[in-house]
Amino acid sequence: MKTSWHRIIAIARKEFLHILHDPRSLVVIFILPTFQLIMFGYALDMEIKNVDLAVLDYSRSPISQRLIQTFDGSPFFRVRHFTGSPAELETVFLQRKARAVLMIHSDFARDVQRRPATPVQIIVDAVDPNAATLIRSYCLQVINEFNRRYGGESRLPFDVEKAIWFNPDLKSAYFFVPGLLALILIMLCALLTSVTITREKEMGTLEQILVSPVQAREIIVGKVIPYILISMIIGALILSIGIFLFGVPFEGSYTLLVLFSFIYIITALSIGLMISTVAHTQQVALMMAQMATLLPTIILSGFIFPISSMPAPLQWLSNIVPAKYYLKIVRGIMLKGNTFDQLLEPAGVLLLMALVLFFIARRRFSLHL
Amino acid sequence: MNSRKISVQTRDLTKRFGRFTAVNRVSLQVYEGEIFGFLGANGAGKTTLIRMLTGLLKPSEGEGFVAGYDIWRQAEAIKRHIGYMSQRFSLYEDLTAEENLTFYGGIYGLNRRDIENRKRELFAHVGLQPFANQMTRDLPLGFKQRLALACALLHDPPIVFLDEPTSGVDPRARRNFWNLIYQTAQLGKTVFVTTHFMDEAEYCHRVGIMHMGKIIALGAPGRLKQKYRKSTMQDVFIELHRLSEEQA
Repeated sequence: MKTSWHRIIAIARKEFLHILHDPRSLVVIFILPTFQLIMFGYALDMEIKNVDLAVLDYSRSPISQRLIQTFDGSPFFRVRHFTGSPAELETVFLQRKARAVLMIHSDFARDVQRRPATPVQIIVDAVDPNAATLIRSYCLQVINEFNRRYGGESRLPFDVEKAIWFNPDLKSAYFFVPGLLALILIMLCALLTSVTITREKEMGTLEQILVSPVQAREIIVGKVIPYILISMIIGALILSIGIFLFGVPFEGSYTLLVLFSFIYIITALSIGLMISTVAHTQQVALMMAQMATLLPTIILSGFIFPISSMPAPLQWLSNIVPAKYYLKIVRGIMLKGNTFDQLLEPAGVLLLMALVLFFIARRRFSLHL
Repeated sequence: MNSRKISVQTRDLTKRFGRFTAVNRVSLQVYEGEIFGFLGANGAGKTTLIRMLTGLLKPSEGEGFVAGYDIWRQAEAIKRHIGYMSQRFSLYEDLTAEENLTFYGGIYGLNRRDIENRKRELFAHVGLQPFANQMTRDLPLGFKQRLALACALLHDPPIVFLDEPTSGVDPRARRNFWNLIYQTAQLGKTVFVTTHFMDEAEYCHRVGIMHMGKIIALGAPGRLKQKYRKSTMQDVFIELHRLSEEQA
């Protein structure tokens, strides 16, 4: 029998009515991602400013004073003078009075005159290793700055200039906005689709639909249309917050992103459909949808942890996580301005995944009780 | 009555779930315009039989024809010619009465004007006009059941299957619902109704009594009462149960 758009529209329309009649679901659907994004935005801020720096200045010379001023003048550090003995240094870290210590030895002023490379000691609290790495590199920046200003002829013959492309300020928003887009889209789509179908099973309403001439493919298409639209709107919402609130750039083409997001959403919906063919209650569907999307996307997609530094089995496993490819696409389009032909590989894999998952879901979705 | 056209016919229709036989070689005929009551205790196999006839379940064996179509091969055609009211209320509680009807109108392929006309007719038929815009979940059960009947009749099917349509409501609501069933039959529709209320059996033109998956009696209530020399269908039913247990 022919597929009837009339029936598909009837189903899609009813799905919208469910959502409209339940304002709470709308709140969950729209407010939650916004809230998550803003939370992540401020909590996941990797930049560190105003690090408390304890200074032990045994040199007490004009040149050591200038070094300390250079630290104090940078936006990264707040200088706290420390007067205790070196043996008491540990208490600085234990009592969290500072996260780094700058120690200038007593011969500093004399050595600087004599040798071009005079060491100062920097001790960093590495309870948070990521922060420690950052603090260390900030220290180097400040010392470079100091050398440039006061070094005179005694400068090193060459400088190492760091060049960081595509995210020159190392802003964390640049990396979590695409990540959250990938996470929220897949989680919400899989969840909403699986729950909307299992709800009909649970409430017995599916039975009434199944005695009508409606076909499986019409039910599937009718049911996912509203969620494709909602997902697109949510995607746009996340992007706008990223661009306008967190200043994430958008170098590439919007059309391209919409096209690839559509493929990604189909993948997510198919996961939801597959879950609905197995789960009999909304609770179970909810749990399964979360398990299938939340952790793999956070851990294995390259969202937070770089895939290249994972052990081999996990690297292999990451290949079946759809978000991995979507993330490449989103980061490519937003930060690098990638064009269609530069994204063929991840897009191809994603499309293949969408087709395979949809095909399996379609096969498993039956019209019998 | 046998000169009339046959609406539903089965021959040795059987459904097994694993080793359990829910419906055991059931053969029956239901004629056009008839109210056919299907009686039996809970678990006798009534719902399973209805589900096979409506295309919700695949039979294990046997033949079945509904509105002239084969249940094995023409499920799609059958679905367009039947209305179905499930044992469990299965409309959307979070839609209004009217939205439910509009939705079913849509999936039965009615156009917008037909849907509006049918809604008006059916709300009048089942007496639901004042509740059209109420949330279904807020309707009393008796009215929910009328709404379910309206949904089953929406696409004007020649046959309606009603699976325990009156369970859970008070006697007056049950009486009102049976008046609706009569009116529906007068429109020329075949009504295939299951129940475990024996007083309702008296209202049917013919009944089939089911026990442990088998039909143990078939005929007009008056004839059955005569045959077993009982004054009510209730007593006929108890007598039949006693006999079949003696046999076993």
